[in-house]
Amino acid sequence: MTRSDSAVRVRGLTKRYGDHHAVGGVDLDIAAGEIFSLLGPNGAGKTTCVEILEGYRPRDGGEVEVLGIDPAKADAHWKARIGIVLQSTKDFSELTPTEALSTCAAYYPRPRPVEEVLDLVGLTAKRKTRADQLSGGQRRRLDVALGILGNPELLFLDEPTTGFDPEARRQFWGLIESLSDLGTTILLTTHYLDEAERLADRVGVIADGGIVAVDTPAMLGGRGTAAATVSWRGPNGPEHISTDAPTKVVRDIADSFGGAEIPELVVSRPTLEDVYLQMIGAAK
Amino acid sequence: MTTTATRRTAALPSLASVSKARVRAELLSFFREKEAVVFVLLFPVILLVVFGAVFGGNDEVAPGVPFIQYFVAGMIAAGLLSASFQNLAIQIPIERDTGYLKRLSGTPMPKAAYFIGKVVLVGFVAVVQTALLMAIGVLLYDVVLPSGLETWLNFAWIALLGITSCTLLGIAFSSIPKNGKSAPAIVSPVAILLQFISGVFFVFSQLPTWMQTIAAVFPLKWMTQGMRSVFLPDAAQAAEPAGSWELGRIAVVLAVWCVVGLVLCLMTFRWRSRSDG
Repeated sequence: MTRSDSAVRVRGLTKRYGDHHAVGGVDLDIAAGEIFSLLGPNGAGKTTCVEILEGYRPRDGGEVEVLGIDPAKADAHWKARIGIVLQSTKDFSELTPTEALSTCAAYYPRPRPVEEVLDLVGLTAKRKTRADQLSGGQRRRLDVALGILGNPELLFLDEPTTGFDPEARRQFWGLIESLSDLGTTILLTTHYLDEAERLADRVGVIADGGIVAVDTPAMLGGRGTAAATVSWRGPNGPEHISTDAPTKVVRDIADSFGGAEIPELVVSRPTLEDVYLQMIGAAK
Repeated sequence: MTTTATRRTAALPSLASVSKARVRAELLSFFREKEAVVFVLLFPVILLVVFGAVFGGNDEVAPGVPFIQYFVAGMIAAGLLSASFQNLAIQIPIERDTGYLKRLSGTPMPKAAYFIGKVVLVGFVAVVQTALLMAIGVLLYDVVLPSGLETWLNFAWIALLGITSCTLLGIAFSSIPKNGKSAPAIVSPVAILLQFISGVFFVFSQLPTWMQTIAAVFPLKWMTQGMRSVFLPDAAQAAEPAGSWELGRIAVVLAVWCVVGLVLCLMTFRWRSRSDG
């Protein structure tokens, strides 16, 4: 990855609060156009790290470049190129989505049309409802709408789907994918591993102030090459075999059943959640 | 990087156009929030009606000056305090608490536009409120409005200086409440106490001397005194502790508070809540 291709480039980032090392030497590269998901337990330094990238917090050490600029020295031009969706907010309570969006659109040089944004996040029907009367999921969609309003090159999403029902989450994932298709780089922090697996090109796991692994969701923690588990119901009850050659194992079992259907056959590899929990457990 | 380069050249909106959007948002939010409208805008008006009904009789604070005339002058000054200090010192902590200020500081909005929006809101509320107080005074209680250009010019600079100092102090004070919920409980007693000792509800010269001395430190005492110079006949100067309106001293004290308020704002204003590091 060349420098100019990276939306985010972090080297040796450190941040202390008193004696506590919240972030201790983080390196991170996010390519332009990529969806990158940062995973980690509460208190791991995830939010600190992201807020340094967003320009909200100063850092103690290391190099940080976001869209080629140090966020600590960023100006309004830089802020016009990023979009931030913070964790749960409850502002704008007296305004409707249309009013909140048209106010904020005035801050940006090239805002998306308000109607288009409302449509993208699925709030068109609620555009004239005061924000304090929106449901949790609708309120969150307003936050996302405000984040993408300025037509950002890089979008920060901090736990965007908290409080969504399953259908709203599916719709939201579609929205993120369409933004990505339009070329927006996305940094997503989430506690939902299925969300990271579905959306992210790559995931990074942060634990105890450091990045412990970065890979595609399918390969994280050796997931792609990890032993598979074959399980089925044999004549004496449930059976499990852990193997590096599941195809051969299945063939052998099939033979033992004389070509008949194998009851309750499942071939599984560790889920993203399995490897994630293992990683953050090992880091402690 | 070409797309980035072209995007970077896109000009940011002017301060004027962003400020216009801020003013619209401020006015919409204020007038939709019933508590703000009742407490900040209407409460002084309600007080005038109630006190006028109670003390609207023949009590005179000076020969030919009924108490209600004295009270309207004080209430207009208290109204300016309410529109600026109470309004902002309560609203800004709530905006800080809900994440609104953090959100704004993450956008390219010029910071000045936020404060311009607040100043216009304060000015608008102050004008509406002062007009209501004068109208009710005249219509219900036979209050006499000043005549003469010079008196109205005095009214203008006293109101402007008073509201400027109290706006800056309100923004500075907004850093004191720990969160939005506690703001009214911290700000309101301060304002009410100031009203009691600054010559709004009681004739100032009849208050204990020590109380007068404390009140003289704060802007409201000088604002009420200035408003009396506008609404009371010159003969009533005799009832002032100094025996005169002290217009020069009013200007100096309020100007000093403007400077103090500005310095405090610059030193203490935060875009995020304390619980947010």
